[in-house]
Amino acid sequence: MALAKEVQKELFYKMLLTREFELTAAKLFTQGKVHGTAHFCIGEEATGVGVSSALDKEDLITQTHRGHNQGIGKNMDINRMMAEFLGKETGYCKGKGGCMHIADFSVGSLGANGIVAGGISIATGAALSQKYRKSENVTACYFGDGAVNEGAFHESLNLASVWKLPIIYVCTNNLYGMSMHVNESMNIDDISIRAKSYGMKGITLDGNDVITIYEETKKAKEYVKKNGPMLMVLNTYRWMGHSKSDAQVYRKKDEVEYWKEKCPIKRHREYLLENNIFTEKEIEALQQKAIEEVKKALEFAENSPEPKIENIFDDLYA
Amino acid sequence: MREITYAQAINEAMSEEMRIDDSIIFIGEDIGIYGGAFGVSRGMFEEFGPERVLDTPISELAITGAAAGAAMTGLRPIVEIMFSDFLTLAMEPLVNQAAKNRFQFGGQGMVPMVLRTPGGSGTGAAAQHSQSIEAWLTHVPGLKVVIPSNPYDAKGLLKAAIRDNNPVVFIEQKLLYRVKGPVPEIGDDYIVPLGVADVKREGKDLTIITYGRMVDRSLVVAEKFAANNEADIEVIDIRTLTPLDKETLINSAKKTGRVLVVHEAVKTGGYGGELVSTIVESDAFFYLDAPVKRICGLDVPIPYNPNLEAQVVPTEEKITAAIRELL
Repeated sequence: MALAKEVQKELFYKMLLTREFELTAAKLFTQGKVHGTAHFCIGEEATGVGVSSALDKEDLITQTHRGHNQGIGKNMDINRMMAEFLGKETGYCKGKGGCMHIADFSVGSLGANGIVAGGISIATGAALSQKYRKSENVTACYFGDGAVNEGAFHESLNLASVWKLPIIYVCTNNLYGMSMHVNESMNIDDISIRAKSYGMKGITLDGNDVITIYEETKKAKEYVKKNGPMLMVLNTYRWMGHSKSDAQVYRKKDEVEYWKEKCPIKRHREYLLENNIFTEKEIEALQQKAIEEVKKALEFAENSPEPKIENIFDDLYA
Repeated sequence: MREITYAQAINEAMSEEMRIDDSIIFIGEDIGIYGGAFGVSRGMFEEFGPERVLDTPISELAITGAAAGAAMTGLRPIVEIMFSDFLTLAMEPLVNQAAKNRFQFGGQGMVPMVLRTPGGSGTGAAAQHSQSIEAWLTHVPGLKVVIPSNPYDAKGLLKAAIRDNNPVVFIEQKLLYRVKGPVPEIGDDYIVPLGVADVKREGKDLTIITYGRMVDRSLVVAEKFAANNEADIEVIDIRTLTPLDKETLINSAKKTGRVLVVHEAVKTGGYGGELVSTIVESDAFFYLDAPVKRICGLDVPIPYNPNLEAQVVPTEEKITAAIRELL
């Protein structure tokens, strides 16, 4: 059954918003307006947007360092995201976390993580809470291809399977763990086959197909509530370097260009037009809206106060 | 007052809290039917069932991280790590996740979990089952670190730790598990607050600052000095390393003018350095009549041979000699 027009709009708009947010953030770096680092998911927007949008507000997620799409998918406030990126008091973490640690407990995001695989055991515990409280909600745990070679992945997936927890393990396979290609970091072609060794269902999807990701996440949610965890691998590509300091000497420009042709936003746009879901004009209006919204977020962030050192010990202990 | 063992006191603290708060779950390896490697949780699986007493695969990282995740989402997990040495396998979720969560996310959530784990030497378990790694943990802002020295404190401190809204590492002393001491009746609710030291013996000539199983050893030495009319020694059990009750230590140092720090953990980088600094950075410095001294474990892994094992940690003889040097 085709997705409702409103859902198509939501998915498309959230991808646009993610793209615009990150392009703006990247520009701030080149202008020297921010310090620190950031990890951009440009080219991977469909993954986090597709999964997070398919969840209910009360469902939980743990995010990765490359997770602006995951947060925007879960309806995080981009004003507070941008403010955090600029290290401001009004940011999600009051300027103490930066964009690698963005979290919004109020919409079910238990936070982004700077440790590869760091969120996997945390998400497993969140799903344990849900099962213990006999909740109807589930947890979606994001991580990348690099994380599947960490011990935390093995221990957590096994534990969740033994306990039959309501959790979807979502692996964004963008082919590179920093500079290492997946062909060098593992001796398998399809990451989802690892699920089998935990007695768990594993599926692999086209990570640039937002509609399929959304639909499969809806199904996965029902599946994990009944049967316990599953592993969902989303194959995609990271257009930008690993972080701002990456000269990308480990890959060829042709490869990047090849994947740019498979842009998830372009693909969804063509689908929307071909199926007469939106007109060119409506799509342009959405693009303009995303640009305006990010512009406002930047203004909000730039006009927000700096955090004060007097408050540095706040929130260290509850 | 009735007497029960340190292990029973810990069992009672967990069980009593679990009876009044259904958000508490207990997670660990062999804590169910087996009753825990040291028998601490005997009977709990039978009372609370498999939904609240969760036996786990041997996966220290995952169970520690899962406890943190459960704590972030409304439960109050107690984790047992079978030996504190195995915390090395769980450092990532403990240090990077549980401890930093609230701060790095701007105070959005909290992580009310207790990680219980036995530490210390003396059982012939050698280098990988006998360490005292508390100093590693005190170096992490966001954690609290507790080491009880007797059954009364074990029960009261553990209850306080369970009710605390922060991650607390509760290091038990495996040689104390079978030691008995006075503890109020079951249901006679009391807590020992975190961050309050206990002056175990008042004295005027010298202060011993210590914790864990070295408390009793220090008291034995202090009594001998008293019996010989040699010196009147004050012994302070800090009970919690983080937060530390600095005031009690400083006041005692001002009173006696002589301070000896005793702990089982290896000396270099040990918590004793922090205790010494607490004294010498304060105005107690001006009251000192002698340098502040430390008697700690030797800077070696714990050896297997029982004679060697006994001699790499502070003995009564070493403590006695250090006191004589200071007096």
